[in-house]
This record gives sequence, structure tokens and C-alpha cells, in this order.
Amino acid sequence: MQLSDEERTMLAGELGEARKWAIEHQLRVGAMFDAKDMVKVSQAHMMADPESLGEAGVCFVEGLATGGAKVTIPMITDPRGVDLSYYEPLGQTEAMAGLERRFISACQAMGIMMTDTCINYQTIMPPVFGDHVAYGDTGVVIYSNSVCGARSNFEGGPSALAAGLTGRTPRYGLHLNEQRQATKRFTVERTPKDLMDWGILGATVGRMAGGYWQVPVIEGIETAPTSDQLKHFGAAMASYGSTPLFHMVGVTPECHTIEDVGGDRLETRPITTNDLADLARPFGARGETVDVVVFAAPQLSLVEMGQVAALCDGRRRSENTDLIVCTPTQVYSDAKRLGYVASIEAFGGKVLVGTCFYQQYAREIGEANGWKRLLSNSAKIVNILGGYGFLPALANMEACVASAEKGKVV
Amino acid sequence: MPIVLKCHVGVGPKIRGRALVADDNFSARYDLDRIRGVFSRPQHKLAGQSYRDVVLVLNTAKGGVASAWMLHEMKSRGVCPAAILLNSANTILAQGAALADLSLCDRFEAGDVTELIRKGDDVEVEPLAGKVTILNR
Repeated sequence: MQLSDEERTMLAGELGEARKWAIEHQLRVGAMFDAKDMVKVSQAHMMADPESLGEAGVCFVEGLATGGAKVTIPMITDPRGVDLSYYEPLGQTEAMAGLERRFISACQAMGIMMTDTCINYQTIMPPVFGDHVAYGDTGVVIYSNSVCGARSNFEGGPSALAAGLTGRTPRYGLHLNEQRQATKRFTVERTPKDLMDWGILGATVGRMAGGYWQVPVIEGIETAPTSDQLKHFGAAMASYGSTPLFHMVGVTPECHTIEDVGGDRLETRPITTNDLADLARPFGARGETVDVVVFAAPQLSLVEMGQVAALCDGRRRSENTDLIVCTPTQVYSDAKRLGYVASIEAFGGKVLVGTCFYQQYAREIGEANGWKRLLSNSAKIVNILGGYGFLPALANMEACVASAEKGKVV
Repeated sequence: MPIVLKCHVGVGPKIRGRALVADDNFSARYDLDRIRGVFSRPQHKLAGQSYRDVVLVLNTAKGGVASAWMLHEMKSRGVCPAAILLNSANTILAQGAALADLSLCDRFEAGDVTELIRKGDDVEVEPLAGKVTILNR
């Protein structure tokens, strides 16, 4: 790889051991993807929950912090794994909370802003068109690439941290124009209605697209979706397909026409009602008892908090069914001021702040609370939690709240 | 006569191990019980099987970014594959393997690696040379 004078200085260790580790890590990764040089990035966003980090990951980050490492660009964080104001009632242990505290302390020492959100594009500072960034969390990356027109690969926690330390990342993948052209073309017969439907469509496209290096372009969406709809669409696509970028004709900024992304050269694959039903079929559970209803993955926007609160008003959950809602601290303060949190709590729900359910030691909290059948409107979360011992089911937001009230899937 | 498979330059050290193969995908978060060291996702073709110390041969990476930290965490406890071979890696697995010093290769010239390598094959992986050798055939 071609390196600038500054990058060579980092590699020689003249700017500290942390930046030496960071650029060495970036060179190893860049070599695997044939990067020719580095590209400067304006922000970094790091996914790092304590379940993923473990003792080894926390020690690693503490080692960097103890050595005096400081990030050189604005760097923010994905949801935490432990809500430190509410972990014992969830069945999380002091050891889990201890790991979380140590990690937060190390990050703060390095100058990382603990934003603890996977919807930073709705709450913090959305990237702009053409902006090179180093983002973690697949939902953040696909939204930023597709809806904002920014440029990021999936940057796992170690690589996002490396980018924060060096202020750059290897130029490969979605930093390159040619990697952003469409490779798969899909036509939608009907525009989805609610957030669950958008998630199912995204999941279906992701599963058909088939991998990180595929770029789907979607035709047939009749009206501009909302930010929340595209959030669920992209998060589900990334979850099922490891897909970091999509184009939507007439909606996303790199794709005013199908020709803009080379889609006119591709054969069209219609997404049929049967395709969507096939995706949703494993997550049907009508009539079965439900242990926990979860609104998360991605964290809820203020608009979603208002929608859940309105559905909860004047109702009460079943004694046998818990309701968990995850939102970032940036949203929580407004949601509290506007009375949304009070409505959800009066229903018997719990709002967790700065976390996301599946990143919270999901297996352990499921076992501790006796949660097996889980219901959500998030196509992403039901895809993840089967491996954690849950029986996940899908329903739209209205049906989720109604199911929590009845104690079984309506 | 050993069979030599050329692939793209990968990351990690030269290692040798027995192959565990499936035409399925890989995510450390979605698919594994990382404490017990087995595939835990019921729908996965390797459900219930141990991945410890094997050369894991699968199709592609899926899911989220957590695998990057998780490979490092798994390696630290020694409950980890010896290497991962894929038709197509994503960035996350490359980044995680780089941190963990875990051997990872992809893009095999001779075709689908899940067909080229069979379960139980004795495999030597040389990521920096872009080479995988099946020693028992």
C-alpha cells in the first residue's frame, strides 16, 4: 500500500504504540482487500458490547488507553450491553456490569464519546453525501451508505477503533466508485406499509442478494419511505445478507434512475408476495403464549417511541408477558419530557436506555427471566435471537402491544 | 499427492487441522454458542457440532459486526476454530481475524471451497502465501 509521510511515521511508532498498532492492523486488513492506499475519514463509530469484547477485548482496549492512546477524529459508540441503571432486574450479573464499566472508562480516557446508539444518523450527526467514514453496526453502515450517500465498509470494533486512532481507513470496498454499482436488480410489486413489512422486504432482498460484495437496486417503491421505514429495511437487509449498500430508484441519492447505478444491464428479479411470506413463515406463532415483547434492533426513534406510547395508553400488559423497549439516551430525554416513557411504564413496560436487547447477553437474560417465546416487529432481531435459544416471532407494532396485553400472540 | 488450492492472500499464521465443512454461512453472534464451542443456531447445517480447533470451511460471512471482537475473545479462551476458509469473506471477519491472529482465507481459484474440501480432510493453511493444501488425498 502507498503510505503518506504521516502514515509512515505512525508505522514507525513515532506517534505512539497505539497508532502503530492501529495502522499495522489496517495494513493487514487492507492487504486482504487489495487496498492501494488509505482514505481519511471524518468520523468513527464503534460497536463493542461486553459480551462480544469479553475479558480479552476489554483488556485490549484498557491497554491502549493506559498507554495514552487518544482518538484523532470524532468517535462515537454503538449501544452498550448493560444499562447500568437497570441490570440486576434483567438478570445481568455484577461481572457483566463490571466489564461494561471498565470498557466505558477506557473509552472515555481515549476521548471517545459514549453516545451508545445505533441510530446516530437520526440523532447525532448524519454523514453527508460523499463523506468517507468508518462506521460499525451494520444498520448504521447500510443507512449511511444508501440513504445518506456516505462511504463506509462494515468496520468491526477493532477496525473502527483503529480508524479513530489514525483518522483514516484502507481504501477498499465501498470507498471505491466501482464497488457501489448495482449487481442485483429487484422489483417490488407493492410498497410495504408498516415497519415490520419494510423489515421483511429488506430481509428478503438481503437473503437473495447473498453477500457483502453484492449491491441490490430496488425498483417499484411508489412513495418516499420515512427514515424509520428505511432504517428497518436496511437493518434487516444487512442482517440477512451482510449487505452494506442498497440503491432505491428515485429515493436514494446515487440512484435517480436505474442507469445511474448500472442497473439497466441487470436482469430483474421480482419480489413476490410468496417471497415475503416465505421469509416471515418461520416467525409465525399466532395463538401461542408470549414471554416477552421487544421493541429494539434498531433502537427506537422519537417517532417510534410516540407510536408505542400511543398504543400503550389506557392498557396494561399481561402478568405473564414482559415488554422491553430500547432507545438511545438522546431520544429518551425527549420521550420522557413528552410523556411517552410514562405511557409505556404505565402499561407495565420497561424502557432501557443506551442498550439494544440482542447485545445485552441475550442468552443469559433470556434464561434468567424465563423468556423463550419472544415477539418483535424487528425482522433483524428475530433473525439473530434463534441462535441465543429464543423462539422468535414477528408481528407489527400494533399486534405486538396487543399480544403483550393478552399474553399470547394475536 | 497433496492437492494445492490457490486463494487470495489472507490473514493469520500457517496452521494445520481437520476440516469441518458445510454449504452454509457464518456469524459468530448468530450461529454459535461460544461458551460451549458449538454451532447453536438450529437452522445451521452444523448445528450441534463443535468448531473447536477445526479448519472451518463455509460459504460466506453473514450478519453483523460483532464477529470482529468475538473472534478475538474466542481465541483468547482457546475455544476457536484453527482457521476459517470461505468462498467470500466480508470485512468483519477479516478485521476480526487480523486482531485475533486467526488464519482466514477466501476466493479460491478452483471454485467452491465447500466442495473442494471434504469433512475430515487434513488441511494446511498458509494465508500469506494464498495457499491451502489438502494433505490426505
